[in-house]
Amino acid sequence: MIAEQNTFKLGPYEFSSRLFVGTGKYETFELMQQALEASGAEVVTVAVRRERLYDDQERNILDFIDRDRYTLLPNTAGCFNAEDAIRCARLGRELLEVEWVKLEVLADKQTLLPDPKGTLEATETLVKEGFTVLVYTNDDPVMAKHLEEAGATSVMPAAAPIGSGQGVLNPNNIRIILERANVPIIVDAGVGTASDVTVAMELGAEGVLLNTGIACAQDPVRMATAMKHAIEAGYLAYRSGRIPKKLYATASSPWEGTITSHAGS
Amino acid sequence: MIINLNGQSKELTEPITVTELIEQLNLKGPLAVEINKMICPKASHHETQIKPGDTLEIVTIVGGG
Repeated sequence: MIAEQNTFKLGPYEFSSRLFVGTGKYETFELMQQALEASGAEVVTVAVRRERLYDDQERNILDFIDRDRYTLLPNTAGCFNAEDAIRCARLGRELLEVEWVKLEVLADKQTLLPDPKGTLEATETLVKEGFTVLVYTNDDPVMAKHLEEAGATSVMPAAAPIGSGQGVLNPNNIRIILERANVPIIVDAGVGTASDVTVAMELGAEGVLLNTGIACAQDPVRMATAMKHAIEAGYLAYRSGRIPKKLYATASSPWEGTITSHAGS
Repeated sequence: MIINLNGQSKELTEPITVTELIEQLNLKGPLAVEINKMICPKASHHETQIKPGDTLEIVTIVGGG
């Protein structure tokens, strides 16, 4: 496959890989390391959690991520209101000395759907505080516009519920979001396999962010490789001007000179 | 004095700074500290005295999506 090295900007950063990967749910840090490597990703997400004060100290994930190679993107996963998400974003900034955040304000634990009200409120506050905000949202074109107007650097609509592996459930909504957006749109969450990533990229997304699809595959390293190619395939296909869909067949081989036993055909 | 640390109450001997608490807890990895919902920057850990009734969060980085 021919790799196109077109870079794109996100706030103060510039990247060439359009695949963003999470670091959760891996069986071991070593397996995660191999999967990150295979994915070709340059941005990896991490979460902020309380220190486990009364247990033996475990190895820290940061010892397994080369920060010269990967740009860390702290998230606010697990926050169910704007206030907690804002605190979490500040803690992530303090910890990692980065000025950006993957903002998630969730509604409940069963659906993990974003709470629009809290998401917008937290976006406004964090933008004012100088954060580069990449905001997770539902695939709602109206909400996407509100978040863009609130100053989000990137709006990240869900393909499907987090960790569900269902792929792009409403390509029409993603298409409308893309058509109207003036900021990069990254499809985030719900991706199950390589073709899901390609579908998102063929719609014109700037990139795809995923975690479970790789980390929980039976062979995460192989799936990470597949996802890397899927991103590239979708990126190239979107820019190649696909043929229109037609109801009837169009022969690929010429009719002229076809051997036939029926005279006159 | 009693403080609230990561959602649990904890008894500490006064006076104690944030740096001293981190040492006492034997925390060696990357961390960030919040006191009463305000960030306590790394540079101030050594001079920040913990007060009775303070609510502290000491957080680190874990895998996430």
